[in-house]
Amino acid sequence: MITFEHVSVQYADAPAHSLHDVTLEIPEGELVLVVGPTGSGKSTLLRTINGLVPHFSGGTLTGRVTVDGLDTAEHRPRDLATVVGLVEQNPSSTFVTDVVEDEVAYGMETMGLDSTTIRRRVEETLDLFGLTPLRARALRTLSGGQQQRVAIAALFAAGPRVLVLDEPTSALDPVAAEEVLASLHRIVHDLGVTVVLAEHRLERVVHHADRVVLVDEGRVSELLDPAEAMLRSQIYPPVVGLSRLVGWSPTPLSIRDARRKAAALREALGTSAPRPVTDLRVIGPADAVVATGVRVVRGGRVVLDGVDLAVARGSVTTLMGRNGAGKSTLLGAIAAQHRLAGGRVRVGAEGIDPHTRSARERVRTVGLVPQQPELLLYADSVAAECAAADHDFGAAPGTARGLLDRISGGIDPAVHPRDLSEGQRLELALAVILSGSPEVLLLDEPTRGLDYGAKKRLGEMLTSLAAQGTTVLLATHDVELAAEVADRVVILADGEVVTDGAAREVLASSPAFAPQVTKVLLPQTWLTVAEVAGALARIA
Amino acid sequence: MTRLRLKARLQHPAAWWLWGLGLATAASRTTNPVLLLLVIGVCVLVVAERHDPATVNPLPAFLVIGAVVVAFRIVMTALLGNGIVGETVVMTLPSVPLPDWAAGVRIGGTVTLESLLYAAYDALRLAAVLACLGAANALASPRRLLRYLPATLYDVGTAVVVGLTFAPQLLTDAREVRAARTLRGRDGRGLREMARLTVPVLETAFERSLGLAASMESRGYGRAVRSTTTSRRAATGLALAGLVGVLAGLYGLLDASAGGVLGLPVLVLGALLAGSSLLVGASRDPRSGHRRDRWTWTETVTVVAGAVPAAVLVIASVQGWDGVVPSQQAELPAVPLLAVLAVLVAAVPAWLTPRPREVAP
Repeated sequence: MITFEHVSVQYADAPAHSLHDVTLEIPEGELVLVVGPTGSGKSTLLRTINGLVPHFSGGTLTGRVTVDGLDTAEHRPRDLATVVGLVEQNPSSTFVTDVVEDEVAYGMETMGLDSTTIRRRVEETLDLFGLTPLRARALRTLSGGQQQRVAIAALFAAGPRVLVLDEPTSALDPVAAEEVLASLHRIVHDLGVTVVLAEHRLERVVHHADRVVLVDEGRVSELLDPAEAMLRSQIYPPVVGLSRLVGWSPTPLSIRDARRKAAALREALGTSAPRPVTDLRVIGPADAVVATGVRVVRGGRVVLDGVDLAVARGSVTTLMGRNGAGKSTLLGAIAAQHRLAGGRVRVGAEGIDPHTRSARERVRTVGLVPQQPELLLYADSVAAECAAADHDFGAAPGTARGLLDRISGGIDPAVHPRDLSEGQRLELALAVILSGSPEVLLLDEPTRGLDYGAKKRLGEMLTSLAAQGTTVLLATHDVELAAEVADRVVILADGEVVTDGAAREVLASSPAFAPQVTKVLLPQTWLTVAEVAGALARIA
Repeated sequence: MTRLRLKARLQHPAAWWLWGLGLATAASRTTNPVLLLLVIGVCVLVVAERHDPATVNPLPAFLVIGAVVVAFRIVMTALLGNGIVGETVVMTLPSVPLPDWAAGVRIGGTVTLESLLYAAYDALRLAAVLACLGAANALASPRRLLRYLPATLYDVGTAVVVGLTFAPQLLTDAREVRAARTLRGRDGRGLREMARLTVPVLETAFERSLGLAASMESRGYGRAVRSTTTSRRAATGLALAGLVGVLAGLYGLLDASAGGVLGLPVLVLGALLAGSSLLVGASRDPRSGHRRDRWTWTETVTVVAGAVPAAVLVIASVQGWDGVVPSQQAELPAVPLLAVLAVLVAAVPAWLTPRPREVAP
């Protein structure tokens, strides 16, 4: 269906190839998962399939890419639209119309299908993706998961033989991600569509994949069996980590397969109680953030309604909940980004009210890394950004740069911040905010676009910050990160706190937010592979 | 008035845009503040009644930009003067002595009411034209209008959509970036801060625009399935010539100083050329419509309601009616009754059109 023959891609001004001599053949009706670290060339690989690289992006492509017999050198993306549909990382910026139904019909209109066919296909597609109740909704009012489903449905309706998706679940909560993947599963199995998708959160997708392709520094492996690929890959989900630790063979990819093999492990662990790996933190009184009856109204809609929250000094607390539950708004209200319609917020040991302080005073007590870290970045190079941060926060010259070196895996200081990968941008924004050395650090969805390596560094950074007494409050969909770092988990739904408790209890008892290791070893409440490894070492 | 029972639907976008252009033409022909405020009022009224609930209403953004234009003009006039000699001195600013070679330029000095009024009226005209554009934007999103652009005009079409969605988005982006700026301990006020904000705001907006353009491309916008290269080029050539003609004609109509006599024929010629390119393009344009917009009598009413003020004010300015261009005296300008009535006609579509579609919240 899709063939790559000796394909190399080099962007203008880039020192090295983004893709290097790729030869690959993807058969019809397969769900192929592309796995690789950030910046390895995954997105480039996906975009060569419909010709956006190089027709739209610029750069040079050598070799040949053909899709359903059409050579992308001779066909522009718009001509390939009948064959390939591409779903971008952030669907909201790619909507061409304003309402769900129009968006689904748009592609078919440009193809010139007659209106009876369009009507029929619109109905079918809305049903297939469970969007019928949303058909008259304005796109901008949908939640992230709903938008992602509309984007996929809109492309699918046009009847392409191939669907290409770049990180379709990275912005979604676990339940919404499951919905999206279920729709994909259905069109692959029932309708024979070929699906190629790239995703960092392997724990969500790897068990849906028929084949896996590993990408590293522009080099692409052949089509691999998923279990075999997970043995070779540097990046793997926790369930594979557990399997590698215990030596299960063949490697289980789904929770169900792993549970079948886990009886012996559960027995071996039976006597020892789960214990966190890091026990260094000294958790102080619950007064670092005190929110009482917080109510926020945005655009005429009540987003938060009477939220009470008290966060202990030096702890790491995770806010979780579905897309649109009010997590970001709560962080924004604490950092005085949103006006309060009711209630009060006090932060820091001195209990200051951030809403009455000037921005300059406020940043000493509470720092927020927003969901789009690029909003914080203004300078034209990483070095200049760090210097500006020192100036903004009145820190000693070199503070931000030193922090960045500690957080990141090495970033070229001459690069423009917009050219960094998403993960690197987050690290830079975090360094900027930390140079104000705030007492309370708020992070909004920090793992979007992060690979496991970057996520591990982030986790270590947060743990060490907490050990030094900084209070960390983060909103995330990433249950694995929460399992690694959180002392406490607060779950929001519809603008209200529904659960608030110790991380282990909350995560282990929630069907939606339980991490993979917990699901495999229930009723025991282990959270991470490292915990299990520690316990096994003690037993041995 | 008996209540009209029309089925809720969105009107044809071309009707609303023609209405907006008509009203903008009218506004550009006068500097009478009463007429201009009336035009803005009509825009606000019609938008309040018939705005498409599925989109963010862009009119407030355009009104804000208009207000900024007026304020900026007044401040600059107070500082630098505008060559209008008046008698009513409002205040005297300390003036900066300039060397002889800079004769004719002044900084500071006396500020007269006449010069301020002239500047305010002139700026208000621009604000009213902006309000008309904003109203058209709110009533029919440019993305819907794009459907009626021939596929041969692919690149122009993309540019127009991206451009028109760019402006209203800019304000949202600016707000977000300014909010983020406070996270770095800055309050985002002051000139220097504004300068620092422009780069990230523009970058965000550009990135969004590129994303939209890439999405349109990969979803098959502007496909040329059954056309040959020559016919495509011919159609593109015709369409471009037509578009240039339309723009030049519009400019001629809107800018009184460019000679309005030339405006209309050029506009007609351009429209003919563009029309023929539409025909050439449409015969090869494979696009179809899911629930195509219909053109019924309400669309005609809308266009006529926009054309009436345009026609009346063009005639008024050519014949030099009293009060259409107020004198440069500090007095209440005369209000030409016929022109007021003509502008009020433009408010008719607020009632005589179908209600927009219902959108679930």
